[in-house]
Amino acid sequence: MRLESPYAIEMLHITKRFPGIIANDDITLQLKKGEIHALLGENGAGKSTLMSVLFGLYQAEEGTIKKDGKEVQIKDPNDANDLGIGMVHQHFKLVECFTVLDNIILGVEPTRKGFLQKKEAREKVLALSEKYGLQVNPDALIEDISVGMQQRTEILKMLYRDNEILIFDEPTAVLTPQEIEELMQIMKNLAAEGKSILFISHKLAEIMAVADRCTVLRKGKYIGTVNTKDVTMERLSAMMVGRNVNFHVEKKPSVPGDVILEVKDLSVASKVHKNDAVRNVSFKVRAGEIVCIAGIDGNGQTELVYGLTGLEPAKTGQIFMNGNDITHASIRTRSVDGMSHIPEDRHKHGLVLDYPLEYNMILQRYFEPEFTDKAGFLKRKPIREYSDRLIEQYDVRSGQGSITAARAMSGGNQQKAIIAREIDKNPDLLIAVQPTRGLDVGAIEFVHSQLVAQRDAGKAVLLVSLELDEVMDVPDRILVMYEGEIVGELDPKKTTQEELGLYMAGAKRDEVKA
Amino acid sequence: MKKNILKNNAVQSLIASLLCIVLGLLIGYIVLLFINPTGAGDAILAVIKNFFNYSRANLQTKNFGNTLVKTAPLLMCALSVLFAYKVGLFNIGAAGQYVIGACASIYAALAWGWSWLPCLLFAVFAGAALGAVVGFLKSYLNVNEVISGIMLNWIGLYLTNMLLTTVKEATSPYTFHIADANPSAILPSLGLGKLFSGNGYVSLAIPLSILLAVAIAVILDRTKFGYELKATGNNKNAAKYCGMAERRNIILTLVISGALAGLGGALLYLTDYEQWQCTTSSVPSMGFNGIAATFLGGLNPIGTIFSSYFIQHITSGGAYVDKTMYSSQISDLISAIIIYLCGFVLFIKYAINAGIARHEERQSKRIAAAEKGGEK
Ligand SMILES: Nc1ncnc2c1ncn2[C@@H]1O[C@H](COP(=O)(O)OP(=O)(O)OP(=O)(O)O)[C@@H](O)[C@H]1O
Ligand SMILES: [Mg+2]
Repeated sequence: MRLESPYAIEMLHITKRFPGIIANDDITLQLKKGEIHALLGENGAGKSTLMSVLFGLYQAEEGTIKKDGKEVQIKDPNDANDLGIGMVHQHFKLVECFTVLDNIILGVEPTRKGFLQKKEAREKVLALSEKYGLQVNPDALIEDISVGMQQRTEILKMLYRDNEILIFDEPTAVLTPQEIEELMQIMKNLAAEGKSILFISHKLAEIMAVADRCTVLRKGKYIGTVNTKDVTMERLSAMMVGRNVNFHVEKKPSVPGDVILEVKDLSVASKVHKNDAVRNVSFKVRAGEIVCIAGIDGNGQTELVYGLTGLEPAKTGQIFMNGNDITHASIRTRSVDGMSHIPEDRHKHGLVLDYPLEYNMILQRYFEPEFTDKAGFLKRKPIREYSDRLIEQYDVRSGQGSITAARAMSGGNQQKAIIAREIDKNPDLLIAVQPTRGLDVGAIEFVHSQLVAQRDAGKAVLLVSLELDEVMDVPDRILVMYEGEIVGELDPKKTTQEELGLYMAGAKRDEVKA
Repeated sequence: MKKNILKNNAVQSLIASLLCIVLGLLIGYIVLLFINPTGAGDAILAVIKNFFNYSRANLQTKNFGNTLVKTAPLLMCALSVLFAYKVGLFNIGAAGQYVIGACASIYAALAWGWSWLPCLLFAVFAGAALGAVVGFLKSYLNVNEVISGIMLNWIGLYLTNMLLTTVKEATSPYTFHIADANPSAILPSLGLGKLFSGNGYVSLAIPLSILLAVAIAVILDRTKFGYELKATGNNKNAAKYCGMAERRNIILTLVISGALAGLGGALLYLTDYEQWQCTTSSVPSMGFNGIAATFLGGLNPIGTIFSSYFIQHITSGGAYVDKTMYSSQISDLISAIIIYLCGFVLFIKYAINAGIARHEERQSKRIAAAEKGGEK
């Protein structure tokens, strides 16, 4: 007689190769029923790949998958779905021009005699959303809603399909602290109901808070599985990176110099509502300082950056860089005159995914004499050398180096490539929007030290962050944005997270004059 | 090893293209079987053989020359479609730009007595102008290039009919023979005609169009301009983010695309191989066949040289189908079926990849099973 297996899913000795790299090398992962199991590893360690194998997006070359102790074949996501496996991807997979409801029921639409029964579907979705506290507006278009709501849509998609095994690939990377809090609670509720959850995150605190066990990968290899109760965050990060990581940013006091960026009464229109997204904002950033725009997502930070970089026109007000009025300057002019921009959305703005890495590395500089000759031909050798240097210097990992298609790189390494490109441009002003989103602790440490190094080299750095730790740790000054306005200026050395929270929630405000 | 070759993109394109051709011929054959089973085999052979239908060698080369004469304009239309496609634009207006190019060259040759080079340049200019209209509408008013392209095809066609009526024969709907009326406008043969049993229509057009295909390949692959265009085509937002002039690039692309198609028109009519029929009531298929040639050529400029030739070969071959057994439209029908199938290249490529994945999986299972057996 066979005992019932304690495991919902077992992935045994999985090996998956890509050109030039073994993404998963003999990895074993066992997911107990009703547990939350975290998957931890550096950027490019193979986490997304392993989950994609489980979800049927990739076929492993070796290894077996068992569900409830029985071996199963998962050839495509439909097989996965039939086995009750659902996945929220690192980069969401939603149809932008469809409504939330349409996305949720896509592929499993209830029909009667060939006609859609949307009413039934809507009721089920609303019931689920009520039960788990997943607030969504079923009739809103995906392109109009916040990332938080997009993610809730993805989760509802899994629940709507009655999935028992839920995979979350870096679900918290794009969320605000409040949303993360809610998501954690939702995950705990789901697990309590008997659903089994696989959870990828780079944030150790989250793993310690929700996960029962944690499996660590490093460079495609299995390092070990531990009970989170038995370990510390330091131990986890050491397992993952292979060394101790410094969580605190080391920096000398800043020595502010000339004003590099000056913003006067800037307003930027909103795409979604009638009110301006940015309202009469004024501030200065000097050489040799890091200024952080803090705030809850959706309070105008995105539009402020669009206005500064020229992606959207300024409605009123003025922007000066190095004393020159750049309010109406083109994006290219701003860039050439010394502005670098690490964009919020790496897939939308930051990369040409079908270009090889080397072409992405020169995206801001391809027209310079270093890379293009007088006749307009690209200089292939200097491009390759430049790209190889950045890859080396910024530890950008990929299967085939410079010729890897950006699409075939792990999310964190895509981000590192952008950071390398923008910092190496040697700007006077570096605008970094959530630069550490999706990076592992080692890479975050590296990026933070790079930002500080830029500051110490006399650059002005404008950091936009949703991450409270980052906001408290990295900048020299904090400006809090609330509903399109700057409502407070804080000194990170003197303020507390609680005070910052009050400003961010709009409960407290000062008259800030630049 | 074998698997690696199959995974190569260029090889896959080639296989997919060849499969499309075979499939097209097969379906064409089946259709012929339905219409009249006795002659089907001969008919499809006649299409494939094209100029080989002649038994005399000199007639063969001469008619081979004729096929090439019409390949040159087709190649230009294919390049026009391809160039725009790389930027993410679908230039269905190539058909009209081709017509306007033909019109400009014929009119300049007959009404103004210009010699061939200015006539060519005028055609290029006319095609470019039409492309520019589409480009402006697209980038400033966000009018879909397919819609405005189709509209302009008709405008171009009737404009051409109207204008060329002033230089046509009194008793027929055809324009004057340029070779009689203004020999200076005929494209120089560069002595190429001799290679094709004295085919007087073979000219500069053929090497020129091949040269341009190579030039387009180089521009797209090796230059800053090509880098910008492909970036815009792949990710408009990223192109904007890094300060590429998106509007300018869209307009410029459609101008170049239009110029290529316009040149195509001139490359045919300035040989005097055909005369414009001023009662033409549908947009000539040349531009549309260019779309098929683009995809059959695997979206590669060099590939389009061969695909354009093939499509023209089939189209010309259609003329040799026995008209006593099949109605005269059959030749167009057969070549149309084959050309239509040519559009399925991307689909077949997808099928090849799916097949490889399945094969590999079985292979690895077999290996794994063998290893397990060995361990015991
Ligand atoms: N489709 C693909 N083709 C080729 N190589 C790939 C592909 N997908 C991933 N890789 C490679 O496999 C490795 C593992 O990637 P994966 O996306 O699994 O990393 P990850 O652990 O999820 O990292 P991150 O934390 O950055 O998201 C990387 O080196 C990546 O370059
Ligand atoms: Mg990943």
